[in-house]
Amino acid sequence: MATPLKRVRGLGAARHGTETFWRQRLTAVANVPLVIFLIWFVVSHAGASYEVVKASLANPVVSVLMLAMIWSAAIHMRIGLREIIEDYLHNKLCKVSSLMLATFFSAGLAIASTLAVLKISLGG
Amino acid sequence: MTDKLEAERPLSPHLQIYRPMLTMLMSIAHRITGASLAVGFALLTWWLVAVSMGPEAYASVQSFFGSLIGRALLFAFTWALIHHMLGGIRHLIWDTGTGLDKVTIERFALGTIVGSVVLTILVWLAAYNVMGGL
Repeated sequence: MATPLKRVRGLGAARHGTETFWRQRLTAVANVPLVIFLIWFVVSHAGASYEVVKASLANPVVSVLMLAMIWSAAIHMRIGLREIIEDYLHNKLCKVSSLMLATFFSAGLAIASTLAVLKISLGG
Repeated sequence: MTDKLEAERPLSPHLQIYRPMLTMLMSIAHRITGASLAVGFALLTWWLVAVSMGPEAYASVQSFFGSLIGRALLFAFTWALIHHMLGGIRHLIWDTGTGLDKVTIERFALGTIVGSVVLTILVWLAAYNVMGGL
């Protein structure tokens, strides 16, 4: 007979084991150099004109690093927000709707900023 | 059935039981800075979208970031980002199983606080230097 304990043992509650834990570490490692790049980019363009900023963002190396930063940070943020919500919100409706919002929020920002970088990069 | 079992379980001592300690405050700070970075991400998205939209949108985003509230928000964002990054590096070191003794965790905590403040000020000094002084 398969008891709930037996089904769960070694698999994790959602049968995904340590996938989320690992993904959070992977994006954390990626975020360190990518965020340092972002800070460097913003600082070196402090007070810069529209034309200069646009031309710099259109540089392929900058675009690639920016997109990598956006996606790594968005995935990291979504996992982090999820963890906080699951720890503090116990009312089912409140929890589930907050989890949905966290996903929509992360995806929305990632999609909007990706489109912006692509538009600048491809010369729109 | 599971609901009933959960209800009967004793609760473990929670936050309010313990005397606030530096390492505990750092753990809370890591969560708060992490959650606050969601606002920072929204600001970054707004900035990128403005650049993609054209000079007028860019000018309005720049005038907001140039205002007192904008600067305060960006300063807080910078600190939260660096604090969360240093705190994250600390967690990655812990993941290797090292630096978990009492003395080292206290040093990590102090290092994160001092490091984040110093680096935030340096970043802003660098930015003002690029803009040609205060």
